[in-house]
Amino acid sequence: MKLETLINNTPESPGRIFWKGFKKNKLAVCGTIIITALFIIAIFAPVIAPYDRDAINTKEILTPPSKIHLMGTDELGRDVLTRIIWGSRVSLLVGFVAVGIATIIGIPLGALAGYYGRSADGLIMRFVDVMLCFPTFFLILAVIAFWEPSIWKIMLVIGLTSWMGVARLVRAEFLSLKERDFIQAARALGGKDVRTIFRHILPNSLAPVLVNATLGIAGAILIESALSFLGIGIQPPDPSWGNMLTAGKDNIEIAWWLSFFPGFAIFITVMGYNMLGEGIRDAIDPRLR
Amino acid sequence: MVKYILRRLLTMIPLFLGITIVSFLVIHLAPGSPVTIQTDLNPKMTAEARERLRKFYGLDKPLHIQYYNWVKHLVTLDLGRSFSSDGRPVLDKIKERLSITIFINILSLLLIVLVAIPLGIFSAVYQNSLFDRSTTVFVFLGFAIPTFWLALLLMILFGIHLGWLPISGLKSINYEYLSPLNQLKDRAAHLLMPVLISAFGGLAGLSRYSRSNMLEIIRQDYITTARAKGLSESKVIYKHALRNALLPVVTILGLSVPGLIGGSVIFETIYAIPGMGQLFYSAVMMRDYPLIMGELVIGALLTMLGNLLADISYALVDPRIRMR
Repeated sequence: MKLETLINNTPESPGRIFWKGFKKNKLAVCGTIIITALFIIAIFAPVIAPYDRDAINTKEILTPPSKIHLMGTDELGRDVLTRIIWGSRVSLLVGFVAVGIATIIGIPLGALAGYYGRSADGLIMRFVDVMLCFPTFFLILAVIAFWEPSIWKIMLVIGLTSWMGVARLVRAEFLSLKERDFIQAARALGGKDVRTIFRHILPNSLAPVLVNATLGIAGAILIESALSFLGIGIQPPDPSWGNMLTAGKDNIEIAWWLSFFPGFAIFITVMGYNMLGEGIRDAIDPRLR
Repeated sequence: MVKYILRRLLTMIPLFLGITIVSFLVIHLAPGSPVTIQTDLNPKMTAEARERLRKFYGLDKPLHIQYYNWVKHLVTLDLGRSFSSDGRPVLDKIKERLSITIFINILSLLLIVLVAIPLGIFSAVYQNSLFDRSTTVFVFLGFAIPTFWLALLLMILFGIHLGWLPISGLKSINYEYLSPLNQLKDRAAHLLMPVLISAFGGLAGLSRYSRSNMLEIIRQDYITTARAKGLSESKVIYKHALRNALLPVVTILGLSVPGLIGGSVIFETIYAIPGMGQLFYSAVMMRDYPLIMGELVIGALLTMLGNLLADISYALVDPRIRMR
């Protein structure tokens, strides 16, 4: 090999290596396309939606899918497709905010437990154990019902009850990273704890957190739709895929389309995030396949 | 071993207290009170009568006293009386609902174990085969399907269009007049969809988990050693690898208990099954504090029991655990 080629071949940055692996991964690309499409739909909902979201039409109650109403109409004669398009806003918002909250709580707790060990670790991990022993869904149900459901409360409560996974993950990463030579070196050079944690350890432990967060969004969307389905999530007339399914259940013997389409929307969205999460995981660490 | 179990039981006590404290705070710090819900619609209600009701329920005392009283009763296995108009002991109310929920959950756990583990193991052994690929796709879809949606779809297909299965309740109206054999059939028909639905989430999760576990084990040195010394492939897989791959699966089963209990709210509401989940839902709606606390406590106890059983069986098969 010539000297020039050697010199010109600067090593690839981690970001580029990740991007290369990501592009090749069919799952990740599919996931990205689905999620992007959903964002476009959610942002441009008022433009895309064929009908008025809340317009009640007593002449067209529970009409099956047709050319006029592609996904039929509901028990008040509202267009199902229009309401599904508007409902995407709820799902996207809930997913991101809830997981954001969980990550913001989980990272510092996991970092503290993993870095300092001893009593900090003991205390934090016991608290994690307590939270893991709850039938979480029961707890969420009680809290939301008591505090009068609203989208912000739902996101907050889902976030507050789902940070344990992040904390455990970050803790495990910290436990193994802090013994590594480059961290030991940073400490030996007299680096402060705060700097070691945020500058040296945390960036190296973010990959699994990112995967976990992507999959967590899917989980949060499922919980929100289940709550709305049970009537204690997003309240009608605001459309969410979950509360549309409630109408589907009430009319299950006469209107299958009311049950089918909103659920299908949840399914596709959740699958999109799962694909993206798995794709990122593969791109980061091909061994895990 | 006895020592291990004792130690494990002792650590459960602070855990349990922690759970009750969190539940108590969450419930009692919420705005509004059960008294308002019960009296809102009654125009004759006076402020004094409301105060009397508060006193009657013990809600006028400071929070830590209320908690202390609640724990004091709990020690004698008394979960208090329900706030609802029948005023029955919480424990009785839960008891009559508990068995059906546990029964369905045990059936679905059995189903999960019997289907998911072989699925995962075979996928791993025949990695990248057609079987493995189709299982992977199935599992992937399974993760994304909301169970309540699947429940509705099954109801539409099997309950309404085909008319094979009943869509709600635990037994038919004419149940009492059926012969014992037909009674059994009737029960089974009513339970089929709920069990399937409650098992569904765990099915995908566990088969995926046992697959990745098995894959990891197959790559271990001792498996290579077993092959090198000339053991038949089936002996290597089903004797040496399988046992080690199944170990962590036990723990996951223990951890899946809270999910199953939480899920019971959903499938019991959909299929109108009078179990714990449905009871909890109505307790929440009526702000029946003692009943909610009772349910959370029982749920947490079941979870801890699941974890304990998992840990014990893990320790039984893996001596390394007992040492720690």
